[in-house]
Amino acid sequence: MTATRAAAPITSRLRTADIFRVGASGPRARKTRTALSALGVSIGIAALVGVLGLSESSKSALLDEIASLGTNLLTIEAGAGFGGGDSALPEDALATVERVPTVTDASAVWAVDANVYRNEFIPEGETGSIQVVASDEGLLDTLNGELADGVFLDMGTSSYPNAVVGSVAAERLGIDGLDRPTYVFIGDDYVEVIGVLEEFPLAADLDRAVIIGKEAAVKFYDADERPAVLYSRVVDGSIDETRDILPATADPENPEEVSVSRPSDALEAQAAADDALTTLFLGLGAVALLVGGIGIANVMVIAVIERRGEIGLRRALGATRAHIRRQFLTEAVILSVLGGIGGVAIGVTATYVYATSQDWRVIVPQEAAIGGFIGAIAIGAIAGLYPASRAARLAPTEALRT
Amino acid sequence: MRQPSPAPSAGLSTSAALELHSVVKEYPGEPPVRALDDVSLRIDHGELVAVIGPSGSGKSTLLNVMGTLDRPTSGVVAVDGIDTATRSEKEVAGVRARKIGFVFQQFFLLPGMSAVENVSNGLLYQAVPPKERRRRSIEALKRVGLGHRLDHPPNHLSGGERQRVAVARALVHRPAFVLADEPTGNLDSKSTDAVMNLISDLHREGTTIVVITHDAAIAASLPRQLAVHDGTIVADSAGDGRQEGGPR
Repeated sequence: MTATRAAAPITSRLRTADIFRVGASGPRARKTRTALSALGVSIGIAALVGVLGLSESSKSALLDEIASLGTNLLTIEAGAGFGGGDSALPEDALATVERVPTVTDASAVWAVDANVYRNEFIPEGETGSIQVVASDEGLLDTLNGELADGVFLDMGTSSYPNAVVGSVAAERLGIDGLDRPTYVFIGDDYVEVIGVLEEFPLAADLDRAVIIGKEAAVKFYDADERPAVLYSRVVDGSIDETRDILPATADPENPEEVSVSRPSDALEAQAAADDALTTLFLGLGAVALLVGGIGIANVMVIAVIERRGEIGLRRALGATRAHIRRQFLTEAVILSVLGGIGGVAIGVTATYVYATSQDWRVIVPQEAAIGGFIGAIAIGAIAGLYPASRAARLAPTEALRT
Repeated sequence: MRQPSPAPSAGLSTSAALELHSVVKEYPGEPPVRALDDVSLRIDHGELVAVIGPSGSGKSTLLNVMGTLDRPTSGVVAVDGIDTATRSEKEVAGVRARKIGFVFQQFFLLPGMSAVENVSNGLLYQAVPPKERRRRSIEALKRVGLGHRLDHPPNHLSGGERQRVAVARALVHRPAFVLADEPTGNLDSKSTDAVMNLISDLHREGTTIVVITHDAAIAASLPRQLAVHDGTIVADSAGDGRQEGGPR
């Protein structure tokens, strides 16, 4: 009774490009909602990218600094062993260490039993925790240090009451420049400040010290001529062997009381260690991303309820269940990809602005940007699964009933 | 203005625009609710038919079955000669995409899309390329007298204009027939007249249209009326010869 037609292709078909077009039609028609629902994912991705970018940038800044300071500095100190407080290295320790073939440069620091004040009127107890030490003229070169102002001690100035102050000591003593003749009160005498040092990341003790010449220390303050600390630069390939022989070289009688350390190790460890704060922020970013994903799922569920009419209409126009599912899945992914793009942009901008303000090299780890983006797509796809399948399950007759 | 009815089908080769044979639709329950009870009808190409009945008469179920939005419990629904009972979901969706045009009381135009984009949705699910979709949509909008409203979104159009956009969407893929479900239900009397005139004009140009309505005046203005009551067709103005099952 019913004439059956020759099987012309009658299957419903949606072009691939149209899947995207149809998926974008919802977000396009509701721009504010689109922006708000993408924002959640943006914040998460921005936090992840920004935190990773900033921690990498700061790390690289630290590594650059370490590289410029050199990793071949070894510090030799007495007093690791028994009764450590008052001990010192033998008087000729500097000379014997300098004779080690793999040591390219060495300098010594001597303890001085005196306190330093701004002037004679400061009460005796208020030393500001600043130490007075003596050094030879080569200390600045051995440490690769820099002067913020003035000059370092030399053959001439080290025999007389002249001082160079460390960066922290300068601050505590109220010295902010050497435009005018500046004096500090050491022991019972005023001593002229001829130089202010920059920070010494490899010898932080010296930041809180006032340094006078060794001859002056002996002459005016009766300093012990046995050095307290030796700094030595070692040929790069031989650091470990040199480190092994230095205790016995510096103090043949009590090698066990000598400790040799490599200050750059600590800085490198600091650079390598993931900051607890970084981890915390990464965690927060992940939580924000999760919340953003839930936000998208939520918006999509509401969209499916709100757009029953559209779903029914599309089914009437020939869409299959699969077409409807694809439409809403695409829509969720579009929301999260928009969020991802926004988030990566915000994260990179934040990294750029902060790193530039800190004079760091700007480093945005590619894994962070690409990973953030892929994460956003995944979040959208997962968030869209349930709403899309709900939309697809809706019977057209039910969807069209209002 | 009725078109001459084609010769009554002997149930052989000529394919009708739509043919229902012994259609039964039951909804599960205790006892099951029989919404359509052995309905048979035939609508030929070029006809303009009103399906009239009060609410609860099975009119909506009939619309859903005629539009292939719902499958009957038993019986045959053939659209332009294609028996949909044996077809997969994808194929039945394809039949809707190619053979049936829908006009709804609520218009169902998508917000944020221009009139042309809304009309071109009528070609979306048969994979017509975008350029051709646009060209044919503009043509369809001109045909319903909205050539000057092509790029307006629905919220910039009056109710009558919106329904004309919806009619254009139902026509754009040149379906075997257009199913119009209470097309004037949301319109004022002036727009109602305009839309009904448009439907008559389209019919004169050869379009097959089925109007589902509860409005006796509208039904009376159309060339053929099918009256539905309690899930059966109780009257067909085209006479018994047109209807295979016949009223009970």
